[in-house]
Amino acid sequence: MAGARVIPLHDPERDAARRSRHVEVVPEPAQQQSETPDWERRLADLLSFARRRIAGDYQIDEFGFDRDLTENVLMPPLKPLYEKWFRVETIGLSNIPMAGGALIVANHSGTLPLDALMTSYGIASEHPAQRHMRMLGADLVFRTPLLGALARKSGQTLACNPDAERLLSSGELVGVWPEGFKGIGKPFKDRYKLQRFGRGGFVSAALKTGVPIIPCSIVGAEEIYPMIGDIKALARLFGFPYFPVTPFFPLFGPLGAIPLPSKWYIEFGEPIRTDVFGENAADDPMLVFNLTDQVRETIQQTLYRLLTQRRNVFLG
Amino acid sequence: MTPKVILVTGVSRFLGGHLAARFAANPDVERVLGVDTEPPPRDLLRRMGRAEFVRADIRNPLIAKVISTANVDTVVHASVTANPAGPTGRTAMKEMNVIGTMQLLAACQKSPKVRKLVVKSTSAVYGSSSRDPAVFTEDMGPKDLPSSGYAKDAVEVEGYVRGFGRRRPDVNVTTLRFTNFIGPRIDTVLTRYFALPVVPTVLGYDARVQLLHSEDALAVLERATLHDLPGVFNVGGDGVLLLSQAIRRAGRLNLPVPSMAVPTVGGFFRSARLVDFSPDQMRFLNWGRVVDTTLLKKEFGFTPRWTTQQAFDDYVNGRGLKPLIDPETIEAAERGILAVAARFR
Repeated sequence: MAGARVIPLHDPERDAARRSRHVEVVPEPAQQQSETPDWERRLADLLSFARRRIAGDYQIDEFGFDRDLTENVLMPPLKPLYEKWFRVETIGLSNIPMAGGALIVANHSGTLPLDALMTSYGIASEHPAQRHMRMLGADLVFRTPLLGALARKSGQTLACNPDAERLLSSGELVGVWPEGFKGIGKPFKDRYKLQRFGRGGFVSAALKTGVPIIPCSIVGAEEIYPMIGDIKALARLFGFPYFPVTPFFPLFGPLGAIPLPSKWYIEFGEPIRTDVFGENAADDPMLVFNLTDQVRETIQQTLYRLLTQRRNVFLG
Repeated sequence: MTPKVILVTGVSRFLGGHLAARFAANPDVERVLGVDTEPPPRDLLRRMGRAEFVRADIRNPLIAKVISTANVDTVVHASVTANPAGPTGRTAMKEMNVIGTMQLLAACQKSPKVRKLVVKSTSAVYGSSSRDPAVFTEDMGPKDLPSSGYAKDAVEVEGYVRGFGRRRPDVNVTTLRFTNFIGPRIDTVLTRYFALPVVPTVLGYDARVQLLHSEDALAVLERATLHDLPGVFNVGGDGVLLLSQAIRRAGRLNLPVPSMAVPTVGGFFRSARLVDFSPDQMRFLNWGRVVDTTLLKKEFGFTPRWTTQQAFDDYVNGRGLKPLIDPETIEAAERGILAVAARFR
C-alpha cells in the first residue's frame, strides 16, 4: 500500500523553494541608484510596446502565438493571482527540459481552467529557461468569439494530433489536459479522482515525435469553485458542457466568480521517455494504452501524496 | 523537357497574362497561346509580346480544336478565380471555374499531344473552421465541405483534375494550392479590402493570414510549367500575419462588426462595389488559414522570395497606402513623453 510509506513532513525541495522566495523579496538597491529611475524605464518600455502594437510591428508564429502580447499584456495580470491569491508552489521544475520538445500532462479541475493558466504562468516565470507552454484546448474554446482569438494569441491551439505533433517536433513545450471537460466539470465530491484519459492521443503524439512525457499534478485547483450542482438545462441552452452551481454561484451573481483562495501545489514528475520504443510504436495500441495508464497512475499517486502532506486547504 | 507549345487560360487577368509574357520571353518555348473570353488590357497585351491571344471561351468545345490544331503540349490552367466580375458575377464565375475546367480537361484528354497540365488551385479547398488543425498539409481535407462559393468551385475543379490524371496517366499534372495573393500590382478581393480606409472585421475573431507575393506566384507557375514536377503542392509565403496586425501595418482603422451584423455590412460593401466577399471568404476572415510549404521547398524546389510580412509591406508601399496616423508622429509623441518624464527625475 502506498499509505504505508513514510512521508516526510518537511520536503527538502519544498522548503528550498520557500527559502528561495524569501530571498527574492529583498529589494536590490543597485537598481534604484542607476541613472534612469525604474519607473522611467518602465514607461519607455510601455511606450515602445504601444508603438509596436500601433504599427503592427511584431511577429506571430503559424499557430497565431503573439509572444509580445503574451509577455507584456496577458501574463502580468496572472502574477497577483499566482503569488498572492493561490500562493502557488511548484515542485520539480527541473524535470522540464531547458530546450526541446516535451509534453506536460496534467490533471484538470476547478470548473474554470485556472489550473492551466497557473501552470503556464508558473513555468514562464519560475523555470530558468522561462519557457512558454503551448496548451491544447477544446474546440469550444476556439469556436467562442474573443476567447478563441485570445487563446490563439497566447499560444494555445486545437487539441488534435497534427497540431500536437507539429508543436512537439518543432521543439515546443506542450501542455495537455486529457481529462477535458470530464475533469474540469466534475462534482466536488469527486475531487482529485482522475477521470478517463480520452483515447490516449497525447501519448501517440509523444511517441511519434519521441519527446518525453512529464506528468504534472496540481493540488488546490479543485477547491477554487466547489461545484455542488450542474444545471443541465441551462448548459444546453448556452451550449456549455456544464452549468456549474457552487456555494456562491449563481447565488451571489458575479461575486460568485471570485475563486476561493486555496493554497496550490504544482508538481512536475520524472519525465517518461518515449524514444525507446522504436519506429512504429505509435501504431501499437497496447503500448499506447499502457503508457496512458502509467502517466495517469503517476499523476493520481502524486495527487494522493501531495494531499496527505497538505494540512489545510487554504493554508497549505 | 521544355515544353514547345504552351496554352495559358485566363490571360486577361494578372497571373495568366504575366505568365504568358514570361513564356513569350523564353526563347526555348516555340509558341505561346493565351486564351480568355475578353482581350487583355492594352499594357498587359504589350507585355505579352509574341504570345498569341485567342479569344475563346473555355466553356465551349471549340477549345479542343485550338488545342489539337496548335499541337499544344502543355496547358496552364490559370483562369480559376475568386474574383467575380461584378455584384452579379458570382454565377458566371462559378460557370467559368467549373464548367470551363471540365471542357478544358475534356479537350486535353482528347488530344494525345498534351504532356503536361498545370492547375492553379487554391488553399481554400481546405475550408476554414474552428475545428481545423492550425496548419494544413497537402494530405488533409476540409472538415466541412464548403457548400458554396469559390472554395466549392476549387474542390470540384480539383476533383475533375484528379479524374483527368487517372484517365491520362501519361500526363504530368501539377496542382498548386495557392494562399491569397498580394502585391503592388495584382488586384484581388484582399488587395481591395486592405485598401479600404476603415476595414471591417468580425468582432471577436482574428484570422491568421498567409500571403504569397504575386511575383512568387508567377515564378512557381513558371517553374511548374518548364519542369516536370507532378503532384499537389501548397504554395504560400513563410510566416503569418494576424488580420488585425495586417490592418495595422497597412495603417488602416479596424472596424469590428458583431457577427450578427456581418451579412448586412457585407451586402453594403458588395452593392457599393467596394469589396465582394463570398460566405467562404467571410469564414476565412474569421478563422484564417495557414498551409505547410515543406513539400514546396523540398520536392518542388522553390522557396518564396517574400515572406508573408514582406509581401504585405511591398503591397502597402507599392500601393502608396498612407497610414491614417503617421508613424513619425507616434515616434515624436514617444520622444516627447519621455523628455517630459526625464524632467521629473
